[in-house]
Amino acid sequence: MQFDQLLQYVLSGLSTGAIYALIGIGFSIIYNATGIINFAQGEFVMLGGMLTLLFLDSCKLPLWAAIPCAIAVSTASGMLFERLAIRPLRQPTPINLVIITIGGSILIRGLSMLLWGKDTHAIPPFSGEEPIAVGGATILPQHIWILGITLLIIAANKFYFYHTISGKAMRACAYNRRAAGLVGIDVRRMVLFSFIISSAMGSVAGIIVAPLTMTAYDVGVMLGLKGFCAAIIGGMSSGGATVVGGLILGILESLGAGLISSGYKDAIAFIILLLILFIRPQGLFGKAQSERV
Amino acid sequence: MHVRFIVSMAALCTLMFATVVCAAAPIKIGALFAVTGPAAFLGEPERNSAKMVVDEINAAGGIKGRKIELVIYDTAGDATKAVQLATKLIKDDKVVAIIGPSTTGESMAVIPVAEKEQIPLISCSAGIKITDPLKKWIFKTAQNDTLAVGKIFEQLQKQKLTKVSILTVSDGFGASGREQLKAQAAAFGISIVSDDTYSPKDTDMTAQLTKIRGIKPDVIICWGTNPGPAVIAKNAKQLGLKIPLYMSHGVSSKKFIDLAGDAAEGIRLPSGKVLVADVLPTSDPQKKTLMAFVKDYQKHYKAEGDHFGGHAWDAVMLLKGTFELGADTPAAIRDQLEKTKQFHGIGGTFTYSSLDHAGLGKEAFVLVEVKNKDWVIVK
Repeated sequence: MQFDQLLQYVLSGLSTGAIYALIGIGFSIIYNATGIINFAQGEFVMLGGMLTLLFLDSCKLPLWAAIPCAIAVSTASGMLFERLAIRPLRQPTPINLVIITIGGSILIRGLSMLLWGKDTHAIPPFSGEEPIAVGGATILPQHIWILGITLLIIAANKFYFYHTISGKAMRACAYNRRAAGLVGIDVRRMVLFSFIISSAMGSVAGIIVAPLTMTAYDVGVMLGLKGFCAAIIGGMSSGGATVVGGLILGILESLGAGLISSGYKDAIAFIILLLILFIRPQGLFGKAQSERV
Repeated sequence: MHVRFIVSMAALCTLMFATVVCAAAPIKIGALFAVTGPAAFLGEPERNSAKMVVDEINAAGGIKGRKIELVIYDTAGDATKAVQLATKLIKDDKVVAIIGPSTTGESMAVIPVAEKEQIPLISCSAGIKITDPLKKWIFKTAQNDTLAVGKIFEQLQKQKLTKVSILTVSDGFGASGREQLKAQAAAFGISIVSDDTYSPKDTDMTAQLTKIRGIKPDVIICWGTNPGPAVIAKNAKQLGLKIPLYMSHGVSSKKFIDLAGDAAEGIRLPSGKVLVADVLPTSDPQKKTLMAFVKDYQKHYKAEGDHFGGHAWDAVMLLKGTFELGADTPAAIRDQLEKTKQFHGIGGTFTYSSLDHAGLGKEAFVLVEVKNKDWVIVK
């Protein structure tokens, strides 16, 4: 085992892991505000990539303009999803809500397939394709974008939850919905906010990976599941723990594929998921009754 | 007045006679294609091509005055549905022959039905199992994986490259390729030094490629359909791999070059000739047919005709050949099909026999390389 080989596994793992983290945080934000797991999260990742493509190809916008448009439209669809599918429910038991999100994800995927067909599409990289040497390993400029944007979003997230009124209100909802309602926080608006934030984050994740992984109507399924794994490892926290969870998952996958067998790559992710759920359902870093924001 | 009456009577008679000729019962053939579902990339061009060529035959007056009636059903890539629809074609529609299905799984499921009902079936899928072992009523037009593997190994042998790493997708297509690569290696003096896989939805294969880089093979052969191979091409470029990269015929479409971009440059793969129709030497016996097919498909569907559509085109034309020789019952069609010799189609030059119902040789494939975002033939 040479050092540069190991370094390459770790670097590849980190960049994939950053994406898992970003998607995972989307899961945990909604979970914390509403107590449900939004299985449509992966579809917003797909929407990010596909809408960017739409604005690039059909509207002939430059990349820097297409990206914000794509984020805006997918955020709007996240909002619409909450308004039309989540809010009207009279007796929102968790199982009902989870089934609704699964149904929603199938609907979004189906509509996208009708709209854009089944082909895979490529999106141009943000800044060139010349590999950059790091030690004995190589990464692409796009990887730096991914790591940078992920860090930026996590920092912004932290700021929002700890230093703004609405962020604090959302945390209050996570602690105790009823009490938050009693002190005058509009819980329903907070739920809407949580959908807005996580659909925006999901679409950003979808956009920044699209130049590397390409995009199609069905990319959301696997990415969504991996993001869910990351959130579980992180104990559904919307902060650092999920990020670490995503990175661990990415690195383990990459090391597993390189050192053990590439056939087990996905199995590794789901074995970790099951182990965590069996042994430490509160997450790798959580205490039994932990703060969940 | 009298003369006019006779003339009009004569005209009427001719007209009636003409209608009788036109009404000669059409020859009914059935088709099962996966037009929707995961294998739609096969089924859609197949349906389009079959319809196109049947319409053309009918527009030209049919075969000896008899039109062809094509009954197409969509199997959605589902083997159970394919079996039901095959039965429907045979029992309700009373077709004399069936074209399709599109995928190997469906074909294997439908074969027992066709065998039992004694209806000739020309499958459009590539799996070698379809015609090996030989089945009396089953033929196929798609090239075997074996031929594609042989084409690559032949080139490697010529260049004296012996150490090969393989990277295959973990689905039916990849598994079949992997099996063939391993089975045929020894015959060409090639050793497989590493054997890795990836799953169809994987988004990063640098781990596998890094491992392969450590092994230092002479060549990497990747077996998969889009988008995996495009990701692998990009990853290989990122890692700065200098090892020649071969792909399978599963990505022999312009789509692959679109997806992989610059990373596709220099990649080689075996491909059906339809992809490189315009650069084939004029001496190639298939060139005329290929050029006509590509032009025709472009005219009808505003898209590039590919070899998947070609499989259906070949199947219809092979049947037409038997009709022209007077066969119109299932048994006569089967016997006549088996006698097909040197039919220059899209997939290759077909020669069926009582021992071979696949009908193609290695020359059905050409080895192409991506150069300046286009294909060139490797000499």
